[in-house]
Amino acid sequence: VMNDIISAMFKKNFLEELFKPQDLYSKKALRTVYDRLAHTSIMRLNQASMDKLYDLMTMAFKYQVLLCPRPRDILLVTFNHLDAIKDFISDSPAILNQVDETFRQLIETYNCLSDGEFQLIRQTLLIFFQDMHIRVSIFLKDKVQNSNGRFVLPISGPVPWGTEVPGLIRIFNHKGVEVKRAKFTTAGNYITPQREGSFELYGDRVLKLGTNMYSVTRPVETHMSGTSKNLASQAKENIVPNPLAKEELNFLARLLGGLDIQKPAGGETGFRLNLFTTDEEEEHAAQTRPEELSYKVINIEATQEPGRRAELSRILGEMEVAEPRPGSAGKGEDLLALMDGL
Amino acid sequence: PSIRAGGLGGKGGGFASRPPGSGPTAAPARRAPLRPYRRERSLALRSSSSALYNNLAVLCPPARPPAFGTVHGASLSLLGSEGPRGGCGVLPVPPTPAPLRPSQAVWCKLPSRVLLVLTSQRGVQMYEADGSTMVFWHALDVPEHPAAHSVFARGIAAAGGRFICVGTSSGALLVFDVPPKGSNVTLSEILEQHRDPITDIAAEQGQAPDGAGDLVTADDAGTLCLWSTGEEFTLLGKIPGSGCTCSSVTLWNGIVAAGYGNGQIRLWEAGSGRIRAQVSAHARWIYALDLAPLTGKLLSGAEDSFVHVWQLSRNPDTDDIEIRHCHAECVTDTQVCGARFCDPAGDTFAVTGYDLSEILCY
Repeated sequence: VMNDIISAMFKKNFLEELFKPQDLYSKKALRTVYDRLAHTSIMRLNQASMDKLYDLMTMAFKYQVLLCPRPRDILLVTFNHLDAIKDFISDSPAILNQVDETFRQLIETYNCLSDGEFQLIRQTLLIFFQDMHIRVSIFLKDKVQNSNGRFVLPISGPVPWGTEVPGLIRIFNHKGVEVKRAKFTTAGNYITPQREGSFELYGDRVLKLGTNMYSVTRPVETHMSGTSKNLASQAKENIVPNPLAKEELNFLARLLGGLDIQKPAGGETGFRLNLFTTDEEEEHAAQTRPEELSYKVINIEATQEPGRRAELSRILGEMEVAEPRPGSAGKGEDLLALMDGL
Repeated sequence: PSIRAGGLGGKGGGFASRPPGSGPTAAPARRAPLRPYRRERSLALRSSSSALYNNLAVLCPPARPPAFGTVHGASLSLLGSEGPRGGCGVLPVPPTPAPLRPSQAVWCKLPSRVLLVLTSQRGVQMYEADGSTMVFWHALDVPEHPAAHSVFARGIAAAGGRFICVGTSSGALLVFDVPPKGSNVTLSEILEQHRDPITDIAAEQGQAPDGAGDLVTADDAGTLCLWSTGEEFTLLGKIPGSGCTCSSVTLWNGIVAAGYGNGQIRLWEAGSGRIRAQVSAHARWIYALDLAPLTGKLLSGAEDSFVHVWQLSRNPDTDDIEIRHCHAECVTDTQVCGARFCDPAGDTFAVTGYDLSEILCY
């Protein structure tokens, strides 16, 4: 399963599309791609488990982007992700090669960007995560998230590389000579960092953000009751028509076209991953998920044929029309049937 | 001349100054006791603020409570007496060929009118102060297909009594000539001195010394340009950046106060372009600076959750520009993205933060 999913994520034509300059995805678009990626092996997930997996992913990523000491560190976070992925497929040289190739492409594309450009990327990503406050068990336990869903921002520890510990005022005269120093104190308790993380293919990243949260078995609970969700802004996102939707749909069609859904061979039904402790709990979660947190997922088979792609664009364009929810087992067959019905 | 504190007693006072030539010291400054700021009630917003530089606009009409504006995602939230229907309003973003993604909003005060100016990925929009009517719209040239670099407008200031200056991601400074009334705004100049996206623009808020210029523009590389405004703007000087973004800038009595991505505040002498003070002010990227023109108080807000109030002054004996720390506020678990004084003496200020659905008042 790991090999299949990672191989799909790092496939050449999929990545080619990702590396093209483009606008930030809408939430629906990202969820569609995510669902697709999660189904590129014989593993299946029900809606409730898929929702929870996506919640975990978004909140973890929000945490990483928000807490980056420097904007440039989002690249170090990405390298941490890739380092962990390489560990999972370390005995598959072909896939390892794909990942290394992606690493090189990231280095080539992003290492040269300025701090200002990285901050713009980070600010844009933060717009995507705005108003998401789902509580994640291990974050609550580790005290990196408050019970109101907001992340803890420490005011102690090492300052970012390139920043000085706050407290010093230096005065220069009109000739540029330093003539006076003064200090001020605040509640913060900062120290100087030891070294900078490596931006090379191999190296110590120093930064812990982006390393495997589940390197030891840990609970995967999330909590949504009492999460304040800003209904006004959420509603607005669904009502204001996105005139770029057409461009985005074309992009999605090309992207998804490179990802084949795997159908279990012969009479097998693959296996189903349940992120809850029992099937009943999973069913209950599906029925009780708050309306404003439902992702309204679209599941559509995508192919490379231009005719089918145009049809896909039309279908995706009708996103507000009620979409059928296929049953739990054999999702692949249901989706094929859906497309065949066109 | 040295700066007098505002009328209320007990505030202000300068550094414990030492005779020039005695070398740098690390002694703490003696100062008169200050009345500390205290937290007041917060104002609820319908949507949270985005992580954008200088993301708080304030309009202080005389004898009325201030109005506030903050950018969220695709809209601008207006709050206060100037908002539509006098309450909390959301500025509708007119339909355009592509989503706007606003970057900044500022109330520009000109002698005859106040305009609410909004910059975004598409360009510049100018509204009447209450956001009710759009007066003018300038679209940026946007490439057909997404290019590797975003195109947007960012950085807004009223200058020279009749201009509104707006920065762009290409580094070009757009100068708009605004009539005393009506919508006949014209683009009078495009000034290309910056090579990096402009971040912030500030006009002189006090009295400019001779030759110091009355406008400063800042960019992503930390480069500062000093201008003299008029029918034709003149570039008076350029302070080259070192690659560290200057995200926010103010200009007062010929002193440029600039906030940087590495958490530093630097004071520059506008006339000579020389650095006069350097403060390790914040542990993270500075997002906002504001200045109170009656007293020379400086406000800084950053991603490190802190808001600091500083006092700027000029030592009459040495002519040194000085800055001392007055007050610190920690906005727990919040990355501050906007901070503004709400009165010209700097007795009150307001703060916004990323993901925060309220405006905090002090």
